[in-house]
Amino acid sequence: MTSVKRSRLTSPPWLFAAPALVVYALVVLYPAASGVVYAFTDWSGIGQDMSFVGLDNFATLLGDEQATGSIGNTLLLTVAIMLVQNGVGLLLALGVNAKLKSRALLRVIFFAPVVVSPVMVAFLWKYVYNPDPSAGLNGLLGLQVDWLGDPSVALWSIAGMVVWQYAGYSMVIFLAGLEGVPRELHEAAMIDGAGTFQRFRYVTWPLLAPAVTINLMLSTIGGLKLFDQVFAATNGGPGYATETLSTVLYKQAFVFGKFGYSTAVALVLALFVAAVSLVQVYYLRGREVTA
Amino acid sequence: MRRTFLLEIVMVAAAVAFLFPVYTLVSLSLKDPAQISQTPLALPSPPTFDNFGKAWTAAALGPSLVNSTVITVASLVALIALGSFAAYFLARVQTRLGYGLYILFLLGIVLPFQLGMIPLYELVTGLGLIGTHAGMILFYTGIQLPFTVFLYTGFIRALPRDYASAAQIDGASHLTAFTRVVFPLLRPITGTVLILNAVFIWNDFFTPLLYLGGSGFETVPVSVFAFVGQYVSDHGLVFAGLVLGALPIVGVFLALQRYVIKGFSSGLKG
Repeated sequence: MTSVKRSRLTSPPWLFAAPALVVYALVVLYPAASGVVYAFTDWSGIGQDMSFVGLDNFATLLGDEQATGSIGNTLLLTVAIMLVQNGVGLLLALGVNAKLKSRALLRVIFFAPVVVSPVMVAFLWKYVYNPDPSAGLNGLLGLQVDWLGDPSVALWSIAGMVVWQYAGYSMVIFLAGLEGVPRELHEAAMIDGAGTFQRFRYVTWPLLAPAVTINLMLSTIGGLKLFDQVFAATNGGPGYATETLSTVLYKQAFVFGKFGYSTAVALVLALFVAAVSLVQVYYLRGREVTA
Repeated sequence: MRRTFLLEIVMVAAAVAFLFPVYTLVSLSLKDPAQISQTPLALPSPPTFDNFGKAWTAAALGPSLVNSTVITVASLVALIALGSFAAYFLARVQTRLGYGLYILFLLGIVLPFQLGMIPLYELVTGLGLIGTHAGMILFYTGIQLPFTVFLYTGFIRALPRDYASAAQIDGASHLTAFTRVVFPLLRPITGTVLILNAVFIWNDFFTPLLYLGGSGFETVPVSVFAFVGQYVSDHGLVFAGLVLGALPIVGVFLALQRYVIKGFSSGLKG
């Protein structure tokens, strides 16, 4: 082999990555870095008139009932969505994974809402959550709940519609995980006298760990960033009952013109997402086993 | 045998309950206002199709579908081209700097876009791209590149180098080896990239609201949002608008459901 040809077999040139890097830097890196800087200023969004205010925005945030409430709401909503969406998703996956005649159809039905725009799903559910006792969910169940208008219920109602839309997403990821569980392991466990629950606990569950990791990661990050559904269904109301970090930072920027403060709230959100990602990457990976 | 039968009944019952909102959506879209207020839960009798014609025009769904299609297709082409080339480099480069660059791309998956939302809005305004297709295409290409690069890099790393090497020994350049030999081998992951990004871009709401609101170039979710705001009390009309707005993507999903579900369930291994 000549030296010319040998050099050709080295890695591809940097030029291959250059266009992607330019667009990525322009659209993501530069704006995010500027956002971090703005979080320490009092920028109003008009012109370049701003001054550094140190940690003032974060001090304001701690004393701002709407913002601190939104942190609590965001965390509650995230935990509720994470637990219920994955719980329901797992049950659906175990059900659909059995040899049912309707399994293909069931899979399509439960997954379908995932591909629809969250704003449209929120508008649909806004009607389903009608306070009228003869219409929507109330009419169906014979209840008289003001799902989105009662401050003690509204946040859970939002969680409910998110779970309805995305349980099918968790389901298909669990299903992919279940397909990776070898049938022989189940048979071996059955011969050893293991019951249905024991087989799930000691055979299926450990092998599902990668699917669990992915699902927990997707649902927590999705929950933390949740915006469209809240914006369309309640816009943070009643009062501040369903305000999340995303709706607060939106209002601070585009309703009140406090761009510096808004990016400070965005930075808090970014830190939450980063923390969750790190925890999940390091801790959940540790308990994964392979078949 | 008996147990699967029982399970089947339970699962079908769950599916029926799950479909209640969809029943509400479709049945209300087929009712006139009197039926909606008097018998909100009943089947439409007789069904009326008047809402659909009105909703189609009032929500400007024709032009919005064109806008959504142009923006989604162009962004996908850019993402696949830029993403696969970059990933080929990142998967094959042996230097520390190359690895650092890969990590830099991964950072973009974790960063919430809200952090850079306002500076980016300024930047896009400065470039004169607010209210244009080009602005949205640039946005989606940038914002979805990290995830695209991540998927492609993982796939290429698992691919033997021999194919490209053989082509290069035969005298092909890196460019030819990639476009002629490697890229066609990436078809499974290109399918995943295509599906996940298409669903995200088609349904994305906040940025198009911000960039395109009032421009006449609104995408479907933004048009539907404005339409619902305007006719909020006319549930039949609003729901006909929602049915029409959701129909294109639901139709594509039903036609390609095996691939779509596979894309969603396999795309996140890593």
